Order: sequence, then C-alpha cells, then structure tokens
Amino acid sequence: MKIFFAFVLKEFRHVGRDRRSLFILLGLPIVMMLIFGFAISSEVKDSKVVIIDHAQDAGSHKLIDQINQSRYFTVVKNIQFETEIESAFKRGEARLAIIIPSGFATDTENGGTDIRLIADATDPNTANITINYANAIIRDYQQQFMPPNPNLMSIAVETRMLYNPQLKSSFNFVPGVMTLIMMLLGTMMTAVSIVKEKEMGTMEILLVSPMKPIWVIISKAVPYMVLCFIDVLLILFMAYTVLDMPLRGSLPLLLAVSLLFIITTLSFGLLISTLVDSQQMAMFISLVGFLMPALVFSGFMFPIENMPMPLQIMSNVVPTKWYYLSLKTIMVKGLGLEYVIKPIIIMAGMTLAFLGLTLRNFKVRLQ
Amino acid sequence: MRNIKFLLQKEFRQIFRNTAILRLILAMPIIQLILIPLAADYEIKSIHISVVDNDHSTYSRRLTEKLQASGYFKLISYGESYEAAMQEVGNNETDIIMTIPSNFERDLVRERHSTIHIAADAVNGIKAGLGGAYAQQIIGKFNQEILEEWTNGLSAKAKAPVTVSSALWYNPQISYYLFMVPGILVVLVTMVGSFLAALNIVSEKEIGTMEQINVSPLKKHEFILGKLIPFWVLGMVSITMGMIVAYLFYGLIPLGSYLVIYAYAAIFLLAVLGIGLLISTFADNQQQATLFAFFIMMIFILMSGLYTPVESMPEWAQWVAAFNPPTYFITLIRAVYIKGSGFMDLGHEFLVMFGFAILFNTLAILNYNKRG
Repeated sequence: MKIFFAFVLKEFRHVGRDRRSLFILLGLPIVMMLIFGFAISSEVKDSKVVIIDHAQDAGSHKLIDQINQSRYFTVVKNIQFETEIESAFKRGEARLAIIIPSGFATDTENGGTDIRLIADATDPNTANITINYANAIIRDYQQQFMPPNPNLMSIAVETRMLYNPQLKSSFNFVPGVMTLIMMLLGTMMTAVSIVKEKEMGTMEILLVSPMKPIWVIISKAVPYMVLCFIDVLLILFMAYTVLDMPLRGSLPLLLAVSLLFIITTLSFGLLISTLVDSQQMAMFISLVGFLMPALVFSGFMFPIENMPMPLQIMSNVVPTKWYYLSLKTIMVKGLGLEYVIKPIIIMAGMTLAFLGLTLRNFKVRLQ
Repeated sequence: MRNIKFLLQKEFRQIFRNTAILRLILAMPIIQLILIPLAADYEIKSIHISVVDNDHSTYSRRLTEKLQASGYFKLISYGESYEAAMQEVGNNETDIIMTIPSNFERDLVRERHSTIHIAADAVNGIKAGLGGAYAQQIIGKFNQEILEEWTNGLSAKAKAPVTVSSALWYNPQISYYLFMVPGILVVLVTMVGSFLAALNIVSEKEIGTMEQINVSPLKKHEFILGKLIPFWVLGMVSITMGMIVAYLFYGLIPLGSYLVIYAYAAIFLLAVLGIGLLISTFADNQQQATLFAFFIMMIFILMSGLYTPVESMPEWAQWVAAFNPPTYFITLIRAVYIKGSGFMDLGHEFLVMFGFAILFNTLAILNYNKRG
C-alpha cells in the first residue's frame, strides 16, 4: 500500500509539473460554461430581412416599422426588384425577404391583400422559425382591421413549463458539459498518459518495480480522477453562481453518481491503454470511439428520439447517455435515488465490463 | 529548394508508414459524415405525450386522436391520474402531460368554455416550447372544428384582410442533411489541418528528432514549408473524400462550382495549418498538443455557426465568431453547396481568409525557435 501511494504521488507530480495542461484542464470547463451559457442559444433573433415595398404607403411603412422593432428581425435594406433577392441570399446578406404588394393600405381596409415571404432555407430550422415570427407580426398588425369576433365555444389552453419555467437552455447543457469534460479527462488523458510511458520506454522501468503491474496503471489514473472531480465541483459552482441554475436534488447523490461515472470513463481509458501502443492511436480511439459518440448519443446536442432506430439502439451502450440522464434527473428535476437507480446499475455494469476486459488484456511483459 | 524536396520525401514516407494517421484520415470523414447528420435532426417529430383524461367523453377522445394523428406526438399513456403521468416525466418517459378536465364536453356545450392544462418537461427548453406550441395548434384546430359542427359551418370565421404566403428557397424539402453535411466537411478539414499537423511536429520534439532537424542546415521557412505542404495535401485529400462520401450517402452535389470550394479550401487549410504550427510551438509533448488542439477546436466548432446561427449570438460572441476561420468556410461551403454562390458573391470571405492565412503563419514562423 505504501508503494502504491508513492506511485500515486509520483503521478501527481507529473501532472502538476505540466502547468500548461493543468491550465487547460481547469480552464476548459470554465470557457465551455461561458460559451454555452451566454453565446450559444437556439433562440433566433435579429434575423436579417430585405423588404420589397411595392406600396410605399402609410400601411406598409407601419408594418415595416413593426418588423424592424421586433427583436427577431433587423431590416437590412429595401430593394426594388425581386431579382435582387437571389443575390442578397447568395451573398448571405439576408435570411428572409418580405414582399408587400402595391396598394397595400387600401386593400387591407377593403379586405384582401397578400404578403409574400421568401426565406433562405439553407438553415431549415431558422427559416421555419423566422417565417413563423413574421407571420405572427403580420397577424398582430392586421388585428386592428378585424371586426371583433364573437367567439362561440372556446377552449383555453394553459401551459405550464415544469422545472424550467423560463426555458433556459443552460438547464440542458450544464449536464452535457460535465459529461464531455469528464470523458476528455477520464478517458483520453488517462489512456494517452499510460501509452506515453509505453512509447517512451519508461513503462519497463515501472513494470519491474515491486508493485503489481495492474496497480502501476491504476495509480496513473488517480490524478485524473481527482482532476475530474475538481472539474465537477467547478462546473457545479459556476452553474450555481454564474448561470443561476438551481441544484434541486441531493448534492451527495449527484457527487456519488459523478464519481461512478468518472470511474467508468477511467476504466475505459485503462482499457484503451492496454489495446494500443502509440499515443496517436490512443487519441484516435478515444476521439472516434468514445468522445464523438458520446457527444452525438448523449442526447445533449441532438435529441435521441429523432434519430433513426439503429442509432437509438446504439445510444444505449454509450455510458454518457446514462450519466447525462441521471444528472438532469437529479439537478434539474430534483428527484431522488429511485429515479436514477437504472442508470446507476447500467453504468456500474459497464465499469465492471471495462475493468474485466482491461485485466484480461493487460500484459505484464512488453513485446 | 532542394532541401525542401528531401524534407517532403521524408515527411511523406513517415506519414505513409504511420498507419494510425492514415486510418484517421480515412475513417474520420466517413464516421463523422455518416453519423452526425443522421443524428443531428433538430426537427422535433415524436414528442412523447401523456394524456390525463378526466372526462372520457367523445370530445376528449377525439382530441386525443387528433394529437396522435398530427405526426408530432407519440401517445405514451392515456389515463386518469396526473400523479402517474408525473411519475413518467420523472422517469424521462414522457415530455408533455395534457390534462383534460372533467366535464370538458359538457362545459363546452353548456358554458361555451373550458380549459385544458398542458405541463411540459422543460429541462430541454426547445422541446418543451415546440411541444407546447404544437399542442396548442392542434387544440386550436379542434376548437375550430367543433365550432363549425355546432353552427353547421355557418360561422365561417371572419376572413383575414391580409393573407400571407411563404416560400422556402433552395431547400424546399427542409432537408437537414443539406444543411449539416457541408458544415461537417469543414470541421473535418479543420481537424486534419490543425490537429494532425500539431501532433506531427510535437512528436518530433518528443522523440528527440527535432534536435537533429535543428542542427541541420535547414532554414526556418524551409522546415515550416516541409511540414506544411504534406498536411496541406492530406487536407485536400480529406475534403475530397468527404465530398465523395457526401455524394454517395446523401446524394449531395454542390449547386455551385467545385472550383470555388477547392480554391477556398486551399487558403483555409493554410490558415488552419498555421494554427496547428502555432500550437506546436507552444506544446512540448503530444498530450499537451492534443489538449490545446481540443480546446481550440471546441471553441472553433461551437462559435462557428455550425449548430446555431451567428446572428443570434450576443455581440461579444459575434466578435469571437468573426475571428474564427471555420465560421467563414462554413458560410461559404453552405452557400456554394445549397445556393450555388460563386466567386463574385463571396469576395469578402476570400479576403478575410487570406488575412488569416498570412497572420497565423507569420506568427508561427516568428514563434518557432530553432534552438527548441
């Protein structure tokens, strides 16, 4: 045991000596939280619009004003001819064109005019949203010309947004960032640091030490485990202070699940390290085999329900999905152990499988 | 010039000998291009819904059927207990609970008014917002329908004075592949350029062969060119492979000209290789280089408008995006693929990228120290 601690201490020194990497390992979560918290939002606003106003009357000016004043649109210019729309789209100067027919004001009052919206659907999602917004503004505008409608029989709808009434996107991505960071640290850094010893030839020196070889590589994982845990605390602290995200469930439970997931990622890192001999290969496997599927299949960037069936089935074997699910359940929904027991069992099972495979593949001797 | 020739010979031999890199270059485009666009479908199609029906009338059943028939919702459960439905939300089995009050039909007929409650699991705000909106739309249509039944269609609603017709140009089928695939091509090229080049140089440092190069009569710029050219070629190969995969799997062919894409890729690769070189001057070992490259890639990808439009970002983030080379390439390649934009439309993008290429390479050369 004493030797094991000596080894762990050695690894801590190694990691601690590399200031630049430490800086990134601790800085990455902070930067990602800031980007996701403040820069990335799926809300569409300030979409650039060009307007062809064939009417040039009081009505059309009022409508254009209303469009320009809304937070969703910025009118970039007024153009004359419809042929100019194409070049505006091609240059990326606008996402939407609004064509107002001549005689707009008089026709509105006499009941019958037609506005055309043309969207650049390169980004289909944004195009749909901008069209919906434009429609809503036009509907508001024409409300003043509509006679009050004695609405017979009406169903009112009351909508309540559970857990996240302001629909903040941070509730969705904070767990996602945690997952990602842990995989980077736990899997990739651990695998690379072990393979590095193989590549440099220092592995042989370690293997002839009096400690059991498997403990040698486990001791290499310990500093990354500690770093992962620090990052979890850092992210939680930032989520709480900077992003105003509540922690509704129990903190000990959250930390316990995180610890379990850290061990899962570490054991996968150990497994990779037994399979490959070069750092570049280790990176390649952790990137392509783990980090990317984790990003795609955790449900953090893309909704899993929308994926084709084979991908949905595949998503079940990605550990991040389960960690991500339990984080959301504990942090945002504030639910207890009984709701996360299934993910916990699955993650524990995966960890055991990774460790078992590591032990089987682990070679005491180098070729 | 002769020096460069020998250096290139050495680099290419090393690259072909290193199967890890070759596999990386072959596998990355295929995996990324096949997996991500398949997964990255933001169109929300099957929102899971639980209906709590306290009425059990013809109307409540008809409304439930309408929800199912809309194509937006998947009915997970149909029961009477709100608590049971909340349990399902807790287990992530359902996204939205719609509660139909008791006496829903009677109230509508007698009092002319009733209220339906919708509760959405808003952990994912987008999904909850959309789901709520869709449900409201369907309830609105149902309302209109029963209204017309009651008045025998006489109360045709007052005709709106302004009708709106809309058209979606370039992508009328609303294909997400068309949007995502070209963007991912850029991510690919960026990775090959910055990540692989940085790793390669740093591995020379790590193995110790860098010192041998440093004591050779090679000039700084010769060394940099010798490293730059092979990865530039690899980058061009990887974008070609990416475009082939895009065609084979998604049938995508650029509407505009390949020439524009290749010309831009050529300049873009110079810029990202410059970044890769710069990373390599800061990193002492491959582990560090990976971390640096990952850090930068992360920011590049997230701030590039690949997933969310740049205009929707706050002002400071738009500035970051403006100094982010992939932002321009993603805009350009989408424009060429989808809209058929040509050189004339994209002059601005070309100019900016020239600037980046010169800036990053100058920095890299200045920062490269022959003494190590």
